[in-house]
Amino acid sequence: MTAVAAPQQAPDLREPKGWRRSKNRIMTVLMVIAFVLTIIPLGFVLFTVIAKGASIISWQFLTGSPIPPNVLPAGIGGMWPAVLGTLLITGLATLMTVPLGILGAIYLNEYGGRNWLAALIGFMSDVMTGVPSIVMGLFIFSIWVLHFGYSGLAGAFALGCLMLPVVIRSSYEMLRLVPDPLREASYALGATKSRVTLTVVLPAALGGIVSGALLAIARAAGETAPLLFTILTVTQANPNVFSGPNTSLPSQIFSNATQPYTGAQDRGWGAALTLIAICFILMIAARIVTARFTRYSR
Amino acid sequence: MEQPEQNVVAQTETKMPKPAALQDTRPSEGAVAGPTGAEVFKSKNVSIYYSSFRAVTDVSLSIYENEITAFIGPSGCGKTTVLRTLNRMNDLVPGARVQGEVHYRGASLYAPGVSPISVRRRIGMVFQKPNPFPKSIYDNVAYGPRINGIRNKAKLDEIVENSLHQAALWDEVKDRLNKSGLGLSGGQAQRLCIARTLAVEPDVVLMDEPCSALDPIATGRIEDLMREIKSQYTIVIVTHNMQQATRVSDRTAFYSVLRDEKSDTRTGVLVEYGRTAQIFEDPQDSRTQAYVTGRVG
Repeated sequence: MTAVAAPQQAPDLREPKGWRRSKNRIMTVLMVIAFVLTIIPLGFVLFTVIAKGASIISWQFLTGSPIPPNVLPAGIGGMWPAVLGTLLITGLATLMTVPLGILGAIYLNEYGGRNWLAALIGFMSDVMTGVPSIVMGLFIFSIWVLHFGYSGLAGAFALGCLMLPVVIRSSYEMLRLVPDPLREASYALGATKSRVTLTVVLPAALGGIVSGALLAIARAAGETAPLLFTILTVTQANPNVFSGPNTSLPSQIFSNATQPYTGAQDRGWGAALTLIAICFILMIAARIVTARFTRYSR
Repeated sequence: MEQPEQNVVAQTETKMPKPAALQDTRPSEGAVAGPTGAEVFKSKNVSIYYSSFRAVTDVSLSIYENEITAFIGPSGCGKTTVLRTLNRMNDLVPGARVQGEVHYRGASLYAPGVSPISVRRRIGMVFQKPNPFPKSIYDNVAYGPRINGIRNKAKLDEIVENSLHQAALWDEVKDRLNKSGLGLSGGQAQRLCIARTLAVEPDVVLMDEPCSALDPIATGRIEDLMREIKSQYTIVIVTHNMQQATRVSDRTAFYSVLRDEKSDTRTGVLVEYGRTAQIFEDPQDSRTQAYVTGRVG
């Protein structure tokens, strides 16, 4: 019997060599590659648009009017009609669809439960997500434009048809993530269902709902096809969104970039950069606003 | 947990040869000592179903004013389910159904026309996991008073301070009432939830394993708090911790699981109900004895 035991060999706690380790390496590398592949086109688009569009952007370009004929060189007139049209039409579409979409999602998740109406609405909104945007444009053309003529409102309807299912689906997913114990806590204090929804569920889901709505707005702001048949594309600013043909940045990108004249092509790039900048500013503004409302959620 | 010979043991004990499902659920009248306060709850032959599954069978018991009543028993015996019938929280579970009668101060809780909202404003609940709202500490406590229509800032301030004092949390949070309720530790968050429940001045506070996620020190504080507030409230607590039941409660109800061998279904039953000292020191039912002495469970 020895007084001191022989020193124990320390266990090997390193990751074992072999297939498991290699698998880990391979998957890590694959994920990095996937990330880089995703970033390349994004960065490239942004780089090209900035490189080609930045030089033409000026205060006059943003606020000048009217949009000059394609043959004229850059530096004459401006994109104000298109900027105004995009802001008005997208804004109107947002006003119409975001409240409606959030209410729809609240119905689906909080009130509808498993009944047939909720199931039908959920299914139809999913189907609507898959409808090509040009079909939405044609739909509004046939039910609205043929009777009431071209207008920004018709464009907003077409964009709204595209946004609505996205807003419903994303808001619904966010509401579903709100944990039930929060609802129960509110019910246990004697809150009514509407109260629970308004004061607990919606605030808890707000961040995600705003993100989803922003994606829908940004997507709609960049849509050309549904506007082709609904607002026409004019060169004069039309501040009355409810009547008369209008124009928008995507429409102007389309009509300018397809021209052989360099002035028109420059205007197309400038309009593209303006559109990206508007979406970017919108995203940041919305983030700042929601950060105020969700400051207690962590 | 529950042991298979339970039914056999139960049958040897009964005086009347009744079918097991019926006889097991009735605590003998003598088991409950004379009431000290008014009867707050009286449930009679309550069975609770989730869709077609019978979770709890034939529970009858009375709960008295300004007492702490503990529900103990193994997992799955339906003690939480019974607790949730007392303020109609089970209404929120799709397919849940209550049979039998639950009376609250003489009014039937499940009568047609009874609003669960009005019921829950009188009968508050604290949950197993602390569930503060993602709002500030102040707004968490003020939530209940606000939904009751109190808008006056000074009045709300007073309610918030009093409630947090009652929940023994005021000193820890008085300097950060505008910070998020989610930033509190588990024990603090649970006391915040208790403060939130007390802020609406309920008549009864139901507690569903309020300390199961807490360490012994936080548990001790909540138990102290329960003893302090019981002069103003009636408390019903579900607990897995038998020491906790002996420490805080005046009466204890022991629930168990009854297995029907033929259909292989399980249902919760109330085995014995009485003064806490009697349940733990002189249990009348062998199953209670086995559970409280630690032989099963």
